[in-house]
Amino acid sequence: MAELKTARLTRTNAGPGRLLIAVYLLFAIAATSRAGLQIATKFDQAPLAYLLSALAAAVYIVAAVGLARAGHAGRRVALACCTVELVGVVGVGAFSLARPDLFPDETVWSGFGSGYGYIPLVLPILGLAWLWKTR
Amino acid sequence: MTATGSPVDGLLATVAIVLSLLVAAWALVAALRHRAPDRVQLVGLGVLELALLGLTVLAALALGGGERPGEPGAFFGYLVTLVCLPPLAAVLARMEPTRWGSAIVCAVCLVTPVVVVRLQQTWEVLGG
Repeated sequence: MAELKTARLTRTNAGPGRLLIAVYLLFAIAATSRAGLQIATKFDQAPLAYLLSALAAAVYIVAAVGLARAGHAGRRVALACCTVELVGVVGVGAFSLARPDLFPDETVWSGFGSGYGYIPLVLPILGLAWLWKTR
Repeated sequence: MTATGSPVDGLLATVAIVLSLLVAAWALVAALRHRAPDRVQLVGLGVLELALLGLTVLAALALGGGERPGEPGAFFGYLVTLVCLPPLAAVLARMEPTRWGSAIVCAVCLVTPVVVVRLQQTWEVLGG
């Protein structure tokens, strides 16, 4: 059991990693549909917020693929995505508090992801921890 | 328009929400006990999917009857996402026959009620 566990833990796409990928998938779907809808119907109202939503959506998709691919390239992609996410959610979160006028509409990352139960803030940290653990 | 009520806000929606939370609780217990997704979880996901398809039929009937959601784009987005959630959980659970498969079922079944509520909100908007 123990050796089976260590063998599995070197892969990013098994065990807890699969749960992480599932949550990334859910956020990819949520962010993609939200950004798609916002850009298609009311882009002029808050272009910055909607472009950031689209960026977040792309990052979630690429992160999910990176984690699922598991290999060295996948790990590197996932590492980059999780870092961008963490910087994004903290940066946009701080910015949306400091300059609310720039964000007349919500993004996935505004208020540190408060509209999504702060999961956008926790997710990249879990992702980085998981990559560290399976290194 | 006489208030016939929202098609996605009724007994069936409540059943779907409660059922989803029950499956989530069952899956959480399984995950905590190091159990892979069991038959109860998969059957639960199947019944949940039936309830969600029932909601879709109710929404389709209401649309056929001339009613319209407050935010059509968001409403249909949520509806499509919603009916995809249980199958997604089932597929991922089959791929991961460990406690983490149960954890995936739990996570998806916690998200499903949120999407049902958002679905109801995007139908209501116009009525305020």
